[in-house]
Amino acid sequence: MNEFIERNIGLMILLTVLAVSFGGIVEIVPLMSQKVVTEPIEGLEPLTPLQLEGRDIYIREGCTVCHSQMIRPLRAEVERYGHYSVAGELVYDHPFVFGSKRTGPDLARVGGLYSDDWHRAHLLDPRSVVPGSIMPSYPWLFDTPVNVEDLPKKLATLQKLGVPYTDDDIANAAQGLEGATEADAMIAYLQQLGILIKERR
Amino acid sequence: MSSAFSWFVILGTLGSLAGYFLLLYLNRTTKNPGRTTGHVYDGIEEYDNPLPAWWFWGFIISILFALGYLLYYPGLGNFTGFGAWSQVGELTDDQDAADERYGPIFAQYAAVPVDDLVNDPAAMRMGRRLFATNCSVCHGTAGTGSEGFPNLTDEEWLWGGDAEQIKATISNGRQASMPAWGPALQDQGVAEVAEYVMQLAGRDVDASLANAGRARFNTFCVACHGPEGAGQPMMGAPALNNEIWLYGNSHLRIEDAIRNGRNGQMPAFAERLGADKVHILAAYVKNLQQ
Repeated sequence: MNEFIERNIGLMILLTVLAVSFGGIVEIVPLMSQKVVTEPIEGLEPLTPLQLEGRDIYIREGCTVCHSQMIRPLRAEVERYGHYSVAGELVYDHPFVFGSKRTGPDLARVGGLYSDDWHRAHLLDPRSVVPGSIMPSYPWLFDTPVNVEDLPKKLATLQKLGVPYTDDDIANAAQGLEGATEADAMIAYLQQLGILIKERR
Repeated sequence: MSSAFSWFVILGTLGSLAGYFLLLYLNRTTKNPGRTTGHVYDGIEEYDNPLPAWWFWGFIISILFALGYLLYYPGLGNFTGFGAWSQVGELTDDQDAADERYGPIFAQYAAVPVDDLVNDPAAMRMGRRLFATNCSVCHGTAGTGSEGFPNLTDEEWLWGGDAEQIKATISNGRQASMPAWGPALQDQGVAEVAEYVMQLAGRDVDASLANAGRARFNTFCVACHGPEGAGQPMMGAPALNNEIWLYGNSHLRIEDAIRNGRNGQMPAFAERLGADKVHILAAYVKNLQQ
């Protein structure tokens, strides 16, 4: 049989893929059906249009390269960052912005930890508030207005992916955002991160 | 997990282990050991030998290890394993162990009034670390603050400097709300009030502008900052009659504050730190004064 498989390369590819995928199928497929993964925690709301724009700027500026958004259930992390991240907080996230590298601190529960003024000072010049910081400055966020034109399309796309935006939300996505800068959007996004689970130690 | 999925995981996991075992077992011997298989590829031939014994047994031991692992740890569907291990359980155990170890230390300090704890060097060392972790990001490692973030080493307290007031500030946070007076005062009014505020602080000013500002100050500003500009800790209104300026002391910056208002915010730390750590931090902050 060994010889037969080795001489039929198509069959060998098929069997290899089958063998390799087995672990993944067993681990991932049952997870997709679990409520703890698919149901939002109590009080979870989709991002507001301004926060959503902030999320997209977060991705655009590569924040995920240095900041994770995933607190693991380890004592050291829970002491420093707060309650470990749970799947139900993230069901409306498309895509996930977990990140995988912590050059800077984890941001999963940074919401409410600093004032808006602090975030403004910090994004404009991180060294002004954290002298040892190696984070780059993001001055252009402060004079670039939020791109409101694409917001209805972004909301509509997320609605298709299962985020419960109403048609009214989509129609009014750009409302009230005249004059908002990208820094406003970014701060609005940061200030809502992880605030639903208050439990700290 | 539904029981169908549970069985899917159990059968998938054990089935693949059984499959590997079967594959090994069937290949434990070969037809013509010591001879070549007859394949030649680029002049390379292959002996028809079975797996080396150490390799074969290595696989077998791995499979046995996997079975042992699956019995002890949760891996097979809804079966939680005989070790009753869970990620969250391990975290809780670690936290309980830490509470047992550090709890008495915090309890010991919690029993000492803040004003006495200030003189306890060990508590102050702990306070310095807590401050460095939680407070220095805004107030600076030495507590000297920066523009918009109050200096904790000077004598002015926006929200009061008693132990209880400091504790309340750390626990519940503070939200200052100076309204924007630009629309009400207009540019001329803003300039006059700024001049008068500088006079309150004892600086050289244009007397006529300052005099005009006084009347406006007594209408718009007096409710929070007081007639002499002494401030009001109940509202977090700063004293204006000294050299301490949270947002800069230039005429331009003072005008900016009057025109656009200020909404400084201190986040709440009660849930994050717990009462015992807040207690130590309050003592450390008081200690910064000395």
